[in-house]
Amino acid sequence: MTTLVAQTDLPLPSRRRSKLAWAAADALAIAKRNVIGMTRRPQVLAFATIQPVLFVLLFRYVFGSSIHIPGVSYVNYLMAGIFVQTVMFGAQSTAVGMAEDLRNGLIERFRSLVMARSAVLAGRVLADALLNVFGIVLMLGVGYLVGFRLHTNVAALVAAAGVLLLFGFAISWVNVLLGMAAKSAEAAAAASLPLTVLLAFPSSAFLLTSNMPGPLRAYADHQPLTATVNTVRPLLLGGPTASHAVAAIIWYVGIVAVFAPLSVLRYRRAA
Amino acid sequence: MADPGIAAHGLVKRFGKVVALDGFDLAVQTGSVLALLGPNGAGKTTAVRILATILEPDAGQASVFGLDVVREAEDVRAAIGLAGQYAAVDESLTGRENLRLIGRLTHQPRWSIAERAEELLDRFGLQMAAGRPVRTYSGGMRRRLDLAAALVHRPPVLFLDEPTTGLDPSGRSDLWALIGQLVADGTTVLLTTQYLEEADRLADNIVVVDRGQIIAEGTPVQLKANLGSTVVEIRVADPADAQRAAAHLRQIAPTDVLAGGTLAVKVPDKGATVQEVVRLLDASAIVAESLAIRAPTLDDVFLQLTGHPVGTGPDEAAPQPAGSVGVNQGGAS
Repeated sequence: MTTLVAQTDLPLPSRRRSKLAWAAADALAIAKRNVIGMTRRPQVLAFATIQPVLFVLLFRYVFGSSIHIPGVSYVNYLMAGIFVQTVMFGAQSTAVGMAEDLRNGLIERFRSLVMARSAVLAGRVLADALLNVFGIVLMLGVGYLVGFRLHTNVAALVAAAGVLLLFGFAISWVNVLLGMAAKSAEAAAAASLPLTVLLAFPSSAFLLTSNMPGPLRAYADHQPLTATVNTVRPLLLGGPTASHAVAAIIWYVGIVAVFAPLSVLRYRRAA
Repeated sequence: MADPGIAAHGLVKRFGKVVALDGFDLAVQTGSVLALLGPNGAGKTTAVRILATILEPDAGQASVFGLDVVREAEDVRAAIGLAGQYAAVDESLTGRENLRLIGRLTHQPRWSIAERAEELLDRFGLQMAAGRPVRTYSGGMRRRLDLAAALVHRPPVLFLDEPTTGLDPSGRSDLWALIGQLVADGTTVLLTTQYLEEADRLADNIVVVDRGQIIAEGTPVQLKANLGSTVVEIRVADPADAQRAAAHLRQIAPTDVLAGGTLAVKVPDKGATVQEVVRLLDASAIVAESLAIRAPTLDDVFLQLTGHPVGTGPDEAAPQPAGSVGVNQGGAS
């Protein structure tokens, strides 16, 4: 019979390798695990793909025929909003995944291992970024099929993707915290959806905020999703973007500064 | 005592107003198996979580191989494996992927990770299902994979938190056999359970826990000495007869009066004494509505040790409804 358990004098894993390298390796292992998990859970893939595709079709053909944005075809106006919304919807899987890991005891196991404590959160956020890259590429393809055309250049497109990933990074931390605070995966999804709706719709994603009633407009003009859309749209269609980009970056720094430490604190006390 | 593999002294842990552990001491000799036996909410899981470095105690110390679980938590983590009632494996990953993930996260040498996963899959009878997502596994298979995951890095100390709770009898005996083999290999094991039978079967020593405190400890033989080997449970047709019947039955064997006109007679053997019980009831003109023979359980231990059933205490006015065990400790279980 194979001996399952070694003697107690088995060498502890070498300490000489730097802690940072370990933490990075652990985060990558967790990220890989999360990505595999996403591809095997149909509801997560649906959030990430089918839903934004439906929104493209809905806004392009159903609402789009009644929406008139001066100086630009609606499909071109729409796509910046669709990209941002894709990232926003994708982040819901973060909240659900965190809640599931906590509830089914996986976090408990991870905390009993020698692995870096930061890896569960870092791996989750990293996997989200990969999911977002996938979503952005997919939406670009769908956009081209329904008539969207890039009016700038590849460099601007890459910059737009960069902004979207930063936005995704910030939103991930909010959803990490939501997921840990929720008692169940269902509760996490329920908590994440209103956040998504409140940011995605009263914004410049699909409509001009100038047509919204006063207080709503004030909110819509000054929230992070609008800042993101207003940064991404000129990067796709041309036009000044710098001031919007500054506002967006300030938002991201602020969101991460608040939610990352709260998430880490919550994680330390979790389970 | 010489060099306990696992030691705890004066552990205290509170969750809000609930005191989960209240001055808890423990010593598990290297290479032995100790069972923490107690109802839900007794503090067993809290004790294991502190020893496994997941929770920090509010007071007291604990160590594994002399390493402090708070100050030297990282070294402790390298030496322990944890498997639990929640079967903490990733549902979306396959069995093989789960074991390889743990191999990476415990920083095993790269070349050994795949090999170790196959070894454990073979050993735990999971090779056939190794390529399937865990979502498709039965409860017993999940527990086996959970246990395998705890062993990836060959820990000399293993914590098993209610390893068979919720399993069917065949799943339970499979797992018992596997745990027995680990013990034979020299692993030091601390397991928690609600089943006297499980503690009896696996452990060298049993510690009975109630409300965060130890209420008894000893070998299974010592603990069972006062319980009898068999319990005859009788429900009398007229509850008013219960006390009278108990008085008669105590001439033969220790008898407890339970709720609802039920008597538990703790007899030393299955054959002759059981017949004697029936004859005595007959002679006393007491009508038994039902009569059942069973092995002693945690409830009998509790009644024996504390004089009250699991989940109730002398300070609790109202008895709990049947089937309810223990107070629910928020966040403690």
